[in-house]
Parts: sequence; C-alpha cells; structure tokens
Amino acid sequence: MKPFNKLNATALPLRQENVDTDQVIPAKYLTAVTKEGMGDGLFSAWRYNADGSDNTNFVLNDPLFKGSEILIAGRNFGSGSSREHAVWALTEYGFRAVIAPIFADIFYNNSLKNGLLPVALPEDVVNMLWDLIEEDPTTQVAINLEAQTVTLPDGQTHSFDIDPFRKTCLQEGLDDLGYILAKDDAISAHEAEPAF
Amino acid sequence: MSGKTLFEKVWDAHVVSQETGAPAVLYIDAHLIHEVTSPQAFSELRTRNLKVRRPDKTFATMDHAIPTRQDVGIELWPADAATQVRTLRQNCEDFGVTLWDINGDVQGIVHVVGPEMGVTQPGMTIVCGDSHTSTHGAFGALAFGIGTSEVGHVLASQCLLQMKPKTFAITVDGTLGTGVTAKDIILAIIAKNGAGGGAGHVFEYRGSAIEKLSMSQRMTVCNMSIEGGARAGMIAPDQTTYDYIQGREYAPKGETWDRAIAYWDTLRTDDDAVFDRELFLDANTLEPMVTYGTNPGQGVSVTGNIPTIDELEDPAERRSLMSAMDYMDLTPGQNIAGQSVDVVFIGSCTNGRIEDLREAAAIAKGKKVADNVWGIVVPGSKAVKAMAEAEGLDRIFSEAGFEWRGAGCSMCLAMNDDKAGAGKYVASTSNRNFRGRQGPGSRSFLMSPIMAAAAAVNGRVTDVREMI
Repeated sequence: MKPFNKLNATALPLRQENVDTDQVIPAKYLTAVTKEGMGDGLFSAWRYNADGSDNTNFVLNDPLFKGSEILIAGRNFGSGSSREHAVWALTEYGFRAVIAPIFADIFYNNSLKNGLLPVALPEDVVNMLWDLIEEDPTTQVAINLEAQTVTLPDGQTHSFDIDPFRKTCLQEGLDDLGYILAKDDAISAHEAEPAF
Repeated sequence: MSGKTLFEKVWDAHVVSQETGAPAVLYIDAHLIHEVTSPQAFSELRTRNLKVRRPDKTFATMDHAIPTRQDVGIELWPADAATQVRTLRQNCEDFGVTLWDINGDVQGIVHVVGPEMGVTQPGMTIVCGDSHTSTHGAFGALAFGIGTSEVGHVLASQCLLQMKPKTFAITVDGTLGTGVTAKDIILAIIAKNGAGGGAGHVFEYRGSAIEKLSMSQRMTVCNMSIEGGARAGMIAPDQTTYDYIQGREYAPKGETWDRAIAYWDTLRTDDDAVFDRELFLDANTLEPMVTYGTNPGQGVSVTGNIPTIDELEDPAERRSLMSAMDYMDLTPGQNIAGQSVDVVFIGSCTNGRIEDLREAAAIAKGKKVADNVWGIVVPGSKAVKAMAEAEGLDRIFSEAGFEWRGAGCSMCLAMNDDKAGAGKYVASTSNRNFRGRQGPGSRSFLMSPIMAAAAAVNGRVTDVREMI
C-alpha cells in the first residue's frame, strides 16, 4: 500500500449527497477478475454520454478541475454495495483523498486498505469548501495526516478524526494482514475453545 | 455495571486479541464467497503464498453475474461472467473450498443459500464480500459485508481487524395490518431514520412485531440494515429460529444440538443493557411502503405523497429530493399510487424466498400481468425454485404472464442481462433504488412482493390492500 503523509492538491467539488458505490463504479465494471482498469469506469453513468463521449456538464470533465487529487462530496458518501472496486476506481483515476461530512462504513474501511484517505469534516465546512473551490478551482487544499488537518491558502485549518492505528497504517503503508497473521497463537487458542 | 446487548455478547465471544489503541482481531465463524468480489482476494493469497486457513468454514456459490435464463449454457454466457465463474471454480478447487455450483443441486443467492444449508446460526460471526450479509443477523449472528481486501484477510487468517461499532435498538411493537409486511417495516424504518442514519452502528430489531415474524420475514428486515446505513442488524434467536435451523445440513446434531440451544438461549440483550441509540416504530399504524427516489430513505406509504420541497428543512435533503425527482421524472407532492410501471422484478436476497413467492403468487393467481408490463420472477435459490415448482407457483406466475427464471441476483443489481431499459419504471422487491441500479437509466420503486404483484397486474403502483 502506498503510504499517505501529506497532500497538497487541488480539489473536485461533487455537490451530491448519498453518492452510492453504484454511481462510483457501475455493475458492468465488476465483471473483471483483476483490479486494473477501474479508473475508466469511475462515475461512468455521469461522466459519459450514451454514445460514449464525455458528458461536458459533469464536473469530472471540467478542464478547470483536471488533475484534482481530492474529491469533496456530500454526506453518506460511498453508501450501498461493498464493492472495493469503487476505491480502486478512485485511486486509479488519481484521487488520493475524499472529503465528506459522513462516509458509509464499508467504503470508509475499504479506502483505508488502499491508501485513499477519507476525511470527515462538518457539513458547513464542506459547503464552504465547495463554494471556495468553485470560485477558484486552483485553490490548493493541504492535508496533513500527522497533524490531522486540512489547511486552506488563507491559513484557516480544520481538524479531522482518524483512528490512531489506522493513521499509522496509512503513514507507513502497512496492511492488516501482517498484523493479524502475527496473532497466530491467539487465533489457534480461540479455535481450540468452541462456543458450545 | 450494566448488562450486555446481544451484539456485545457476540462481539466479546469473538475477540481473539485486543491491544490498546488498535482495532480488535475478530474471529470469523463462517465466510461466504461469490464470483464477483473474491477473484482479487485469491490472487492476493497466491502472491503471498498463503493458504485458506479454514476451508471448512468457507462456502462459495455463484449468484451475481450469472444469467438466470434457464436455457443458456455457460458456453453461451457473456465472456466476462463465464470467466468469473470459471475463476471461482478454479480457486475453490485449488484452495479446497466447498462450492455450491450452478451445475449442482445447491446454488443461489449467497444470503438465501447460507441459511437454507444451516450454515447460518445464532451467535456466529459471518462475513461475505457483499453488503447484504446483514441478512444473516436474523438468526442472532453478527453478520456484515466486507471489501475484497478483507475477503483476503479472512481467507488467510479467519480473522478481521475491526473497530467496535455502537449499538442501536429499533423497537417495533404491535401487529401488522393485512397487506403490510416485513418489507414495509424496514422501508418505514429507513424512511424515518435516513439512508445514512445507522452509520457506525449495529441495529438490534426487537419488540412484539419483530418477535412475531417468521425467519424469512426477519431476514427481509435484517437484509436492508445496510440501506439504513448500519453494517449489521440482529434479532435475538428464539424458538422460531431454532425450528428453522434444526435438521439442516450444517446444523448441530444430537448432543451438540442440545448444547447449542443452551448457548443460543443466552444470546439475548440483558434487561439492564444500554443501547447507544434507540428508535421506536408502531406496527399498528404501518401501511404498505413504496420508495419514490434514488436512495432507500426516500420512501412513503402507498397512500401518501412524495414530499414537497417546503416540507423539508434541511438544504441537503432538499437537494437530494430535487435531484431524485429530476432523475425519476416525478413531481414533488404527487401521489405515489397510480404511478405507471413498465417492469416488475420479484426476487433478490431481500424477497426471493419461498414465502415471498407464495404471497406474490396469491395476488397474481388467475390474473394477468398488464399489457405494457414485463414481469420476471427469480427464485433466490435452486431449493426455493424446486419448492415453488412442487407447489405449482411457477405455473401461476407463467399463466399470469411472468417469466419464471433460474436462481440468482438478477435485476437486483443488473450485472447479468436482466436489465430494465433506460427510463423504465421498475416495481421491485429488491433493496436498492439507486440511479441505474436495475439497468442503466432505470428507475426503481422498492416495495413488498405482494405490492409488486399488484403493480404488475394493474400496470401502476397500487395499494395491494384493495385486492385482498
């Protein structure tokens, strides 16, 4: 997993609540047996017209926001299906962090396992960020994982919560499996004592 | 010190290790896998040269991508679905995992087959790379969906690193009226609490109306916990639960059965236990529910109206409503009853069990699907299909003009060729009304099986109580 420490990048404002993982990556992209190629399917129902051309009305296709590495969305982002393909699509496309007022649990977990930082900020801050970025798409948003802060060019800083264990895993690029496998003795001891 | 909730009892019994400042290492008793979210996890095992730790606790079936047209052999399937199925077969063979194959007698939607086989039992931890794993909570198991990385962790270690969720009691007291079902209970809960309202929590459904539900109905309720934002939903096991499990293939037998019952009897929330949050619902006043929007929280009773913008105070809710109305081509404030439908889908892990099909068939019997409506009935498993055919339900549906299909997820997520067309309205017994969920551009109305059958016959959203 690619470590995450600091990110200083432009952001993409997605003014939508309840963006479910079917919107992030529709079912037709789930037929793959590998993780590759998901970036092309990211937000495909919104991003492409029926004939396959780019829908220029969708913010992802707006040249002003090209190269954004931070996605800013409304509440309940990533709801619905457990498909990790949604995270693979976001990271392959180039996103490294998502800011939203609240995330769906499974999406939040999946993000952490792929080096995509989910940042929960209050709704009024998200609203303010949308306004600010739409006004000036070149706005640099600085995320500092160590300090757990999001800082804007004018110096205003907003703190976010993250579990300390998950934070370390992200900073060092560690995945869960090494930690779990090191508990082999405890796992075997548990297996030796059935519930009934 | 206060007592424990059902969730806390099951959680505590599965914590293998808990270091300060770290998530718990949680032991998993049963791991269900399917063709869509497992291939990359098996690839990870191969890359790391790891085995499946407990193939005896791992069960695979194929449901998401497979066609449900019964006359189509794998050689005629879309290439990518065939590849996923062949990959699953190879992975199960290489790693020694039990596979309920489409070519065998046991196969179907993973959340229908697991309980049918007796794999699902009270007090267990159960996971699957599918968000509707919450279904199994109907048995008093802690069951939740996971991503593919976590599928790999469980395959390799039989464990997951998990933060402990909070608890949320949902008490439903009273008696359901005629024509009001378990589906209406859960749609009403989500409409009341919001699609994201359960985030970070595990629901426990309790109260006299819940206790009266059959296992099939309890599964319908727990299935849609995820639509309420909770990863899991649980119902305390009781005699109804035990009667369902006893005699099934993987159920405990003999003396072990007696010991199991003694343990399962302890899996009830203590009287002095405290929940982090609570919500109450009166079953007596519930009516059949229908969703009108693009998230499962956007639902009303069939006698009600879609809200107007003025009725909503929250700007985000207003934005959601406007966006949903635009997609659905509906008008705020309009009645939901009378809205025309083009497609009717009866099936899914929410409502694809035998009881669901019996109830829908009772409405469809002797009637015809409306001329402009395409209706399909998709049993949740081969066992459900066989039972339905033995009872003659397939003939009732066929004579009414429905297509009778093989078992699978089908138009619940439209990964196979069962897709409603762009702009079509679908009366659906499934769980998600997301944009394009049932085929690109499709528009879903979620409802109970009897409501869907009524919609098929009338060609519009109908209060089924007028037909009973």
